[in-house]
Amino acid sequence: MTPVLVDTRTPEPKRFIAGATGDWEVIIGLEVHAQVTSKAKLFSGASTKFGAEANSNVSLVDAAMPGMLPVINEECVAQAVRTGLGMKAKINLRSVFDRKNYFYPDLPQGYQISQFKDPIVGEGIVNISVGPDKKGNFEEVEIGVERLHLEQDAGKSMHDQHPTMSFVDLNRTGIALMEVVSKPDMRSSDEAKAYVTKLRTIVRYLGTCDGNMDQGSMRVDVNVSVRRPGGEFGTRCEIKNMNSIRFIGQAIEYEARRQIAILEDGGKIDQETRLFDPVKGETRSMRSKEDAHDYRYFPDPDLLPLVFTQEYVDELAKDLPELPDEITARLVGDVGLSAYDASIIVSEKAIVDYFDAVAKGRDGKLAANWIINNLLGKLNEVSTTIDASPVKPDQIGGIVDLIKEGTISGKIAKDLFEIIWEEGGDPAAIVEERGMKQVTDTGAIEAAVDEVIAANPDKAQQAVEKPNLAGWFVGQVMKATGGKANPQAVQALVRQKLGIE
Amino acid sequence: MSVDIDTVKRVAKLAHIAVDDDRAAQLQHDLNAILGFVEQLNEVDVENVLPMTSAVDITARQRTDVVTDGNKADDIIANAPASEDNYFMVPKVLE
Amino acid sequence: MTELTSLTLAQAREKLVAKEITSVELTQSYLDAIAAANEELNAYISITGDQALAQAQKSDERLNSGNGGALEGIPLGIKDLFATRGVHTQAASHILDGFKPRYESTITQNLWDDGAVMLGKLNMDEFAMGSSNETSYYGPVKNPWQAEGSNQALVPGGSSGGSATAVAAHLCVAATATDTGGSIRQPAAFTGTVGIKPTYGRCSRWGVVAFASSLDQAGPITRDLRDSAILLKSMASLDLKDTTSVDMPVPDYESHIGKSVKGMKIGIPKEYRMDGMPEEIEALWQQGIEWYKDAGAEIVDISLPHTKYALPAYYIVAPAEASSNLARYDGVRYGLRVTGDDIKDMYEKTRAEGFGDEVIRRILIGTYVLSSGYYDAYYLRAQKVRTLIKQDFDKAYADGIDAILTPATPSSAFAIGDKEMAADPVKMFLNDIFTVTVNMAGLPAISVPAGLDSKGLPMGLQLIGKPFMEEELFQLSNVIEQAAGSFEAKKWW
Ligand SMILES: [Mg+2]
Ligand SMILES: [Zn+2]
Repeated sequence: MTPVLVDTRTPEPKRFIAGATGDWEVIIGLEVHAQVTSKAKLFSGASTKFGAEANSNVSLVDAAMPGMLPVINEECVAQAVRTGLGMKAKINLRSVFDRKNYFYPDLPQGYQISQFKDPIVGEGIVNISVGPDKKGNFEEVEIGVERLHLEQDAGKSMHDQHPTMSFVDLNRTGIALMEVVSKPDMRSSDEAKAYVTKLRTIVRYLGTCDGNMDQGSMRVDVNVSVRRPGGEFGTRCEIKNMNSIRFIGQAIEYEARRQIAILEDGGKIDQETRLFDPVKGETRSMRSKEDAHDYRYFPDPDLLPLVFTQEYVDELAKDLPELPDEITARLVGDVGLSAYDASIIVSEKAIVDYFDAVAKGRDGKLAANWIINNLLGKLNEVSTTIDASPVKPDQIGGIVDLIKEGTISGKIAKDLFEIIWEEGGDPAAIVEERGMKQVTDTGAIEAAVDEVIAANPDKAQQAVEKPNLAGWFVGQVMKATGGKANPQAVQALVRQKLGIE
Repeated sequence: MSVDIDTVKRVAKLAHIAVDDDRAAQLQHDLNAILGFVEQLNEVDVENVLPMTSAVDITARQRTDVVTDGNKADDIIANAPASEDNYFMVPKVLE
Repeated sequence: MTELTSLTLAQAREKLVAKEITSVELTQSYLDAIAAANEELNAYISITGDQALAQAQKSDERLNSGNGGALEGIPLGIKDLFATRGVHTQAASHILDGFKPRYESTITQNLWDDGAVMLGKLNMDEFAMGSSNETSYYGPVKNPWQAEGSNQALVPGGSSGGSATAVAAHLCVAATATDTGGSIRQPAAFTGTVGIKPTYGRCSRWGVVAFASSLDQAGPITRDLRDSAILLKSMASLDLKDTTSVDMPVPDYESHIGKSVKGMKIGIPKEYRMDGMPEEIEALWQQGIEWYKDAGAEIVDISLPHTKYALPAYYIVAPAEASSNLARYDGVRYGLRVTGDDIKDMYEKTRAEGFGDEVIRRILIGTYVLSSGYYDAYYLRAQKVRTLIKQDFDKAYADGIDAILTPATPSSAFAIGDKEMAADPVKMFLNDIFTVTVNMAGLPAISVPAGLDSKGLPMGLQLIGKPFMEEELFQLSNVIEQAAGSFEAKKWW
């Protein structure tokens, strides 16, 4: 689908690419194919499981045996509607399946069932957040979605099994895809990367696509053109089938500069399909022009129009989970997190769930700090996901409670976290058993302070002149109490005893 | 409207049917006879008429999302002109 | 034993249930008749004798234990368009060379579930594209009827030519057929048999090789009306594997035969009076009108103003759908493969060799009318015309008409190899001029033998009904059958 060209952005110099003859602006539109999460295929009862034996997840319908007919899977319809709702898009109560006709060995019917004129989902919005920049700021950009439609995936051809033959496996044939077509609203590779990341986050939150790009669950066609800032749209090239966000960025950077070089040389851009070679970091032409397609779209006469009611849509909307934008607003607005911290929590639904479990009835900021600075760091260190974390939300919660009550200091809390990570257990019980409690008894602290001052009379003398030395005394007292003394109390007593005001 | 020989060849290419020059000439004659016949549709006033999209007046029935099919690679490739290890084999496709 | 093959389905059913005959005897009689006639008539392209006798044996067991189904032990012929497990299923095309499906069409499964026996697969126009059964890869089928005093071979009509000939020549009790533009009704008219195309959605299309998906509908060809009622009841069903099949109970059609038609309104569309229509056809139509008057029905002149555009619209819609439906025949997964230099060459050579002339013509027309720049002018316009055609019928029925009476065909059977038809594809199309409107509107219609022309060849009348009111067609066409009697070809083969 070629999106309609409407310029929604104001050219901004910081995004321009400098050429030999002046500045250029890159225009990017994306078509994302996201595999629908469902047990069975879009029009057949065969399984969608990844990695099965050749042609085992194939029904007679998928193999396009003579006389076979498609019957639509209601869950795929629901998933497309949910995704549309997640993009605040217009849901079309009536949509039509069309046939896109072309020949390819992994396309058994000789046509792909897709939606051309009347897609299930119309215009929507994906908000992206680009950054942080050097000052730690994020830039919020609204990217328009042109449409989302349902269509069949193709099978797989393998070309390296035999000297003269290709092998065809139809396991993937007919799995439901959602094709999300953006408007040409992106102006940098960072924006494109942020868009794909955000879209992936949205579908993962919704549970409508697993977003596993390395397994091909999300594949991206990137449309790139360049123009003089604010000028006419240029001729675009489509880079097909990208399945890595990093490569998408590289491909755009390469492609934009390739086009700029041609134009600055007085040449012109051929509208064509290109492939990205990740090894060379280059794009190259894929199809010759004489092979131009004429897909002869027409409504599939085997399928009646897909019609549902607004009540059906409302029902699905009711069950929608809280989405990233709403959560970010809550974390920044209600909890008071920084945009940066919120973005980390929101990056995965599992982190949000974890955070919510910890923060329930507790200081959200403290909970977020603990998750971001301690838990996520540790998980990252040992390459574990938050779902598999050995430290559970109630345990982090317990630690946070102990800090908050003043039972343990921040430093002890870190030790406690390590213990729980290794051994498990209830934080309060561990603190009790191992005597990790903070000493808040002023008498005990006072004795310790007196002891340290008595042992270091010269330093105590100097401290009156150099109040900074107080810190040294605090450290010594903490050491003497095995870190368990309340640091605020120690601080106050040291200053008092040394006579520093 | 009538078609020239190049159009016949272009359409045959789209349909993936080999036609030599003689065949193309015969087909040009036949296709033009048919196109001449259907020309009379231009007499019909179709202003504000919706195209017929289906011959029955029902909405699409939907399936529930259960795996009911598959695990019959034997049946799938049973009639294949060439196959190996349950794969279909075709002349090598160059990307 | 030859007289066994002259029993109608209803008669055979009675004798089987009464144990006067066995299914094995009946089946063997048919196999003998086929063996004797098929070389001449070419109705069957695959004969499944051993399977038939094994099925018949099982039927006899069920009949003996009183567990027989509605078609128990009845030997049927099956059009080659229906997928039959492990048996020749090629749509009479070379491109499906050797194809033996590992599945059974819903309709044939319904028949076997009701106890029917399969004699074999019947010849047809390739992919059901044709009106004379001359486009078959397996050669033309001969009509058992010949003009009086002539031994010139005539076509049985098409595309269900094999079905019509097999029924008329007593090479099966009854046969399955399909109708996309007239392919049940025109051959029925040409062979003196009864053929009904039910409402689109009445019979499942699952496992029936597709020609034009929005027009294709299966139905029976039989020797008389009652047999059609019996066979259609078994064929029809709701099929969850076909979204276009309807969820409506299948009535007992047989019980409607013989019901009075007094006071029912028969519409006579003035647009079916075509220029150059043979007088005999016109006279037959008039005769039909008289029969209905005599039976107490009311005759009403009606107008179906878009009738003349049905055929040209059909020749856009049907080829367009076919061009896409037939894209799957590419030499990759089944059927013929002609090796080529590369994959594209393989496709092009396979399809050029595998498809016959008529099929290629239609694929190319269909490809052209869908191609970029032509879609609106041809395909979209034709689909709009289709809406107008449907509205013509809706209006007539809304005005209180119960059914519409027309001739079934503009002529009786013509000679195999007719030069004019061979030279001009459009001439052949005109055979469907009275039948094709019905497919475009998705309506039910029946062709009933109504008389012989001056050459002694059968002619049929067509009754077009309201959607899913097939039972009224059985009720009404009984008037024609009672008045006209039945017609048998003189055996010459
Ligand atoms: Mg695309
Ligand atoms: Zn797509």
